[in-house]
Amino acid sequence: MTELLTVHDPRGYPPSVVGKRLAQRPESLDGKTLYLVDCLFDNSENFMRELADWFGKNLPSVRTRLIQPRQSWVDDADMRAKVAREGDGAILGVGL
Amino acid sequence: MLLEEAGIPSVAVHTDVFAGVARATATANGIPRTRQAFVPQPVVDLSRAELRAYIEGNDPTSGRPFMREVIEALTCPLDADDLTGLSFDRSTPRLLTPDGEANLQRLFIENHWTDYLPIVLPTEERVAAMLKGTSHPPDEIVGRMRPTSFREFWEYTVEKVAVNAVMAGARPEYFPVILALAASGSTAKSSSTTSMTNMAVVNGPIRHEIGMNSGIGALGPYNHANVTIGRAYALLSQNLQGGSVPGETYMGTLGNGLAYSACFAENEEKSPWEPLHVEKGLPAGESAVSVFFGLRYVHEGYGPRETWQEKMRRCLSSGAHFPPLLVMDPIVARLFVERGMTTKERLIDWCAANARLPAREYWDDQWVQTLLRPLAVAGVEPYASRLKAAPDEIVQMFEPKEINLVVAGGGAQGAWKMFGARYERTISIDAWR
Repeated sequence: MTELLTVHDPRGYPPSVVGKRLAQRPESLDGKTLYLVDCLFDNSENFMRELADWFGKNLPSVRTRLIQPRQSWVDDADMRAKVAREGDGAILGVGL
Repeated sequence: MLLEEAGIPSVAVHTDVFAGVARATATANGIPRTRQAFVPQPVVDLSRAELRAYIEGNDPTSGRPFMREVIEALTCPLDADDLTGLSFDRSTPRLLTPDGEANLQRLFIENHWTDYLPIVLPTEERVAAMLKGTSHPPDEIVGRMRPTSFREFWEYTVEKVAVNAVMAGARPEYFPVILALAASGSTAKSSSTTSMTNMAVVNGPIRHEIGMNSGIGALGPYNHANVTIGRAYALLSQNLQGGSVPGETYMGTLGNGLAYSACFAENEEKSPWEPLHVEKGLPAGESAVSVFFGLRYVHEGYGPRETWQEKMRRCLSSGAHFPPLLVMDPIVARLFVERGMTTKERLIDWCAANARLPAREYWDDQWVQTLLRPLAVAGVEPYASRLKAAPDEIVQMFEPKEINLVVAGGGAQGAWKMFGARYERTISIDAWR
């Protein structure tokens, strides 16, 4: 008969997860201001510039503004506040 | 996610290789339905036309037009799940359901709790024995760790560190070193795509007390304490931070063999220079462990010979972002002293002055662009000056304070190695006895 062993769980303690709600969506983007957040990865600025150009050609009623955080990998509270104050939506990207 | 909380509809764009990580991160943050859209990998080094083709093409994870995914993410009405998010308690149990040895070994492998080599099962008796290696109580919080800056911190106690120390095959007398490494909060299982890991350098009397190797084969698998302390650091990093699973919590594209175990002792007795922990501000009689992060590149050399300066310059300028950690056999150290490098500081200053590149080459590096250019644009020195340099102007790559030098090895050869590794911190081992 196999001997039963009692062993410890090797994992640490994760934080409790508190659910967060998504923001309400508008019916359309017409007349809205979208912030295109360049997350400062290599070439992400060019991606966002192409995205802005796509909106200009295909959905010209949408205003786009490029914005960058102060550093990559670090939350920029001032940038977030500006987007929240002056924007109606945001597209963030893009890594690697 | 913070923008959603501020009432701003958002969509995050990732490359498809990161789909698993992006979704796992969203769930761990209580917002699993966060809107995401994907383009193919890579984005780096593509032309504007190629990036435009991504935008006008399909999302590779859904097969639908990328821009339709983006616009619907920002405009489609929300449902009840979107409005509530997901709350849950992910606490882990202290003990697992009792089972036989073979089944438990399999369970640990299937749960990605090992390095896929056999482990010592952490029975209650073995963990209790490990805990005798410290005066600290089992329920004391040691620290927090996470695989990357955008993941959540996990927390751990002395007992949880002991569990991983047992798994690695460590002995109780090594436990204060392992606790000090855990207390560093610096993970040896970073999820970086660049396959980084950590190296630990031990100084002070404990090297002899527990029989660590600082001589022949110090950096290799030739000493029980060196190897099992390094392995314990690796295992505790992955298990105490919430995992190191490819595609979920690990994205190192090539992987790194040093992630199994990378720990050695400095050969203070044979070094002509000040020990590392003394350089970092601790008394010579104190035991301490210093943590280095990265280990992206490794160069080697012999000598110094007549052309050592040329050789060293080539090595120093090869790894644009990560500064060098030099590990030298005592023979090399002694010969450098004969060439006037009477202190570590003098050799480090020479390295800093000679680690140089034309500005165009320095800045044409993915991680210099991603991590240092934003600092340069913000005016942070010395990066701002490097950014102002003309393309052919020579820029200095590192400050002396970023470069480190350790003496190890047994005098069998005048060898040195250069690791691309950033100094993190030095932690007292005595504080964890």
